Amino acid sequence: MSTSAFVGETYRKRLIVFYIPLFLFVFAMLFPFFWMLITSIKTDAELYNRRVSPFLVRDPTFEHWRMLFQDTLFLQWVWNTLWVAVVSTGISLFAGVLGGYALARLTFRGSTVFSIWIFITYLVPPALLFIPLTGVMSFFGLMDSRASLMFAYPTFLVPFCIWLLIGYFQTIPKELEECARIDGATRVQAMVKIVLPLAVPGILSAGIFAFTLSWNEFLYALVFLSSPENKTVPVGVTGELILGDVFFWGPLMAGALFGSVPVAIVYSFFVEHYVSGMTGAVKG
Amino acid sequence: MAQILIKDLYKSYGETPAVRGINLTIDENEFVVLVGPSGCGKTTTLRMIAGLEHITAGEIYIGERLINDVPPRDRDIAMVFQNYALYPHMTVHENMSFGLRLRKLPKDEIGRRVREAAEILDIGELLDRRPKQLSGGQRQRVAMGRAIVRNPDAFLFDEPLSNLDAKLRVQMRTEIKLIHQRVRTTVVYVTHDQVEAMTLADRIVVMNDGVVEQVAPPQEMYDHPATRFVAGFIGSPAMNFLPCKLTGNGSGLSVILSDGIRLNVPANRESRYRDYADRDLMFGIRPEHLTEQRQHTNAEQQDFTCKVGVLEPMGIDTMVFMNIEGADVCARAAPRSVKGPGEDMMFTIDMQNMHLIDPESDRIL
Amino acid sequence: MADTSAATARARVSASRAGEKSRTSWLTTQLEDERVLGYVLLVPAFLLIIVFIAYPFALGVWMALTDKVVGQPGSFVGLANFAKLLDSDIFRTAAWNTVFFTVVATAIKAALGMWLAVLLNRKFRLSRVTRAAVLLPFIVPTVLSTLVWLWMLDGTFSVFNWILRWLWDLELSVFGLVVKEDFGYIRGPNWLGDPAWAMGSIIMANVWRGLPFFAISFLAALQTVPTELYDAAEIDGASGWRKFWNVTLPMIKPVAIVVVVFSFVVTFADFQLVYVLTRGGPYNSTHLLATLAYQISMHAGNLGEGAATALFMVPLLFVVIVLQLTYLRRIGVD
Ligand SMILES: Nc1ncnc2c1ncn2[C@@H]1O[C@H](COP(=O)(O)OP(=O)(O)OP(=O)(O)O)[C@@H](O)[C@H]1O
Ligand SMILES: [Mg+2]
Repeated sequence: MSTSAFVGETYRKRLIVFYIPLFLFVFAMLFPFFWMLITSIKTDAELYNRRVSPFLVRDPTFEHWRMLFQDTLFLQWVWNTLWVAVVSTGISLFAGVLGGYALARLTFRGSTVFSIWIFITYLVPPALLFIPLTGVMSFFGLMDSRASLMFAYPTFLVPFCIWLLIGYFQTIPKELEECARIDGATRVQAMVKIVLPLAVPGILSAGIFAFTLSWNEFLYALVFLSSPENKTVPVGVTGELILGDVFFWGPLMAGALFGSVPVAIVYSFFVEHYVSGMTGAVKG
Repeated sequence: MAQILIKDLYKSYGETPAVRGINLTIDENEFVVLVGPSGCGKTTTLRMIAGLEHITAGEIYIGERLINDVPPRDRDIAMVFQNYALYPHMTVHENMSFGLRLRKLPKDEIGRRVREAAEILDIGELLDRRPKQLSGGQRQRVAMGRAIVRNPDAFLFDEPLSNLDAKLRVQMRTEIKLIHQRVRTTVVYVTHDQVEAMTLADRIVVMNDGVVEQVAPPQEMYDHPATRFVAGFIGSPAMNFLPCKLTGNGSGLSVILSDGIRLNVPANRESRYRDYADRDLMFGIRPEHLTEQRQHTNAEQQDFTCKVGVLEPMGIDTMVFMNIEGADVCARAAPRSVKGPGEDMMFTIDMQNMHLIDPESDRIL
Repeated sequence: MADTSAATARARVSASRAGEKSRTSWLTTQLEDERVLGYVLLVPAFLLIIVFIAYPFALGVWMALTDKVVGQPGSFVGLANFAKLLDSDIFRTAAWNTVFFTVVATAIKAALGMWLAVLLNRKFRLSRVTRAAVLLPFIVPTVLSTLVWLWMLDGTFSVFNWILRWLWDLELSVFGLVVKEDFGYIRGPNWLGDPAWAMGSIIMANVWRGLPFFAISFLAALQTVPTELYDAAEIDGASGWRKFWNVTLPMIKPVAIVVVVFSFVVTFADFQLVYVLTRGGPYNSTHLLATLAYQISMHAGNLGEGAATALFMVPLLFVVIVLQLTYLRRIGVD
């Protein structure tokens, strides 16, 4: 359609039906990020002066950035989030790769039923579980620790990874494995030496997507963590930078900006994997 | 290099049977080809020999060993798949040596064997390439090379040539035959291409609907099919089948195909057919035994006339289609001898090569 | 010569195989059976699901039937929590809000997402960069981007209102009626403080965040539509709209349905937006089930009642899951 749609299309028509709408969409999608940036480098005096245009920065300052990094635990939160995201992604990939392989490739009693259950748990939202999970976490003595999140996040990441990887494993020809087994490999060897290397793109997609999901998670982190030094970026920024009813918009926006940067970096390196993880997640 | 013995092999997927009781002995170094229409259970049988499919009932022996419960890796067989199943993330060399490395053979031994196999297959220059960088024919060779280096008890092939274009297929067919002559091993080869079966096999196994119809060397299969199915399946164009009546005519027997066509049964077949006299049977004759009228070279050749239907010139011969009592019949005639459609033409039929089929059992009498 | 070397090689193979045999452990043999291996591979996932999903879910159901508050064991109260909730105005508002918010936001996201996907599906310079940029709102942490919305919709400093006032000024000056002494007053809605506007504002923020997901998923689906279909439609004289209705939509319907249902579930259980933007206010007018459950359990400490509130999500979730499963079954994914 892409090319044929242009046939016989005048520039004016293209402008109206294509360039202008697309520009508006892109503008709307990116404007809030621009706003984050611009707010974080304005002086307070400028921020709270309604008489000047808010689009211009007359007196750029990095004071809010400095505050964020020096006067708050922001870097600690970044570290916490990173640690939690890496470990929970690791756990989820481990369980997801093994489970996804079993459900995609092996026939055994109950495999269909188990797939359906995976799918159901995939759709169970954290909002449904956070109250009783608090009980489970305190039972294990994990409340207010990063470990609580490392176990909680796999609850939505594992079903996601399994679901995504089932789809991916199914695209790898069965014959490769069968041939390996005839060549002398055990089932486990065939999986490790043949299937897993070929599934790397899929595993990477699942990993990237799981990483961003863990980085962004909010509810469990909000409920399980209480000490400022244990918090993740989303909870830390919203919880510790807003004191009562007083909003320090400069540092807040700096926090929002720099809290988004790590995922944005990961994302920019793996756009294609991220997208295939995302679209694969719904296609199954 | 071992005998394969299959006893009452049975396989069902849930309720539906795929293989229904197969008995087969494949001799050491024999090249056996399984043919049959799509869905008849060839692949399933092969996969059971390979250990990739659970055996529902029956037994398979390789050599002396009962292998029903032996995992594929311990069966000492090699298999070439239809899509070659080359490991995409390994080079040709790594592909070929994969099995040897798993068995922890010494490095120099592995290198030597890969080189030997590569030489046989003429793929020495390709060893460092990845499967993606190979043509279809080269992939095919690598797949065979991977089987050869293992030096297994038996080779299994599942339609290895069906992904190649027609020309390459013929070439590879010859090559497989040559390789088998060089590397003598037991081979089980699955195809649905009967030309492949005829050219390659020491013995052909024709399967249909999960059972073996007949096991015989190619020429014998062609000359003396055991069932109507085999008669129709082997040979191209297929054998003609016409309903007929067998009657006694004084001293001998004759076959009545229609009011105007009455053919005498060769004298040497009379004892074979006598019991079936006066019954409705099926008459079978291959197109090449039904030609334009020719000088008779033996006493059993007879002439009859029929109206020509459609002509299909093949170059060397022209296929003449006609209709006898509702049955479509194909004759193979010299191109310059044929009459135009709708005209009457005189044919010669060689009754020495006739077949009579009992419609109740579909067996050839 | 080939024969002898082959023979020695064979001998070596069988020797090494024999050695291997003895080393082949019981475990290796067991794992060759796919029924055993299947269960073994599922153990990690199974444990996680049992301990952190199935058990908590059961625990949640039990808690909903008790009057448990923080720090004290509760006693069984039957369906009292549910009855109490159904009786409460706040709950009923929250339930209605949840449905309204989910349906409206999903509908807008689907419509705009389709539009954006169709735009992105055309060939243009920088198309890859554009696609990557458009997806940004979806990948950054939701609460953080919601903070910007909180700032942009601020009662006093809303940039939208600044623009509105600027436009207003512009117009007035055209007629020479500028009222400069009113300068500090910003005309425009109180986006989050006015119950009439608050839900709309929340939906807007949700659409902004969720739109990329729709657009990119639809785009992926669009790219699988064979070009020949459009050529055929074009030859048949179909206009742009007709092509969209008769070719594009039917072709991507399977994916579209899954995407919509999926987003429906996520939107339905949304928590962060409301938590950051309004905390359920003003006057509890924007509570969703998730935020209400949080408020009741974590702020007021009534764990039993909170669990009951969360459980009210189950029926709708159930319907969606059943629909999805039967649909997946039908198109043969499973
Ligand atoms: N995994 C399976 N589950 C269910 N039925 C199967 C399965 N594999 C094969 N079958 C059925 O078993 C029968 C035999 O299949 P098989 O693959 O052996 O046929 P084939 O002779 O190899 O045919 P083809 O020439 O098409 O390859 C078919 O009817 C097929 O539908
Ligand atoms: Mg087959």
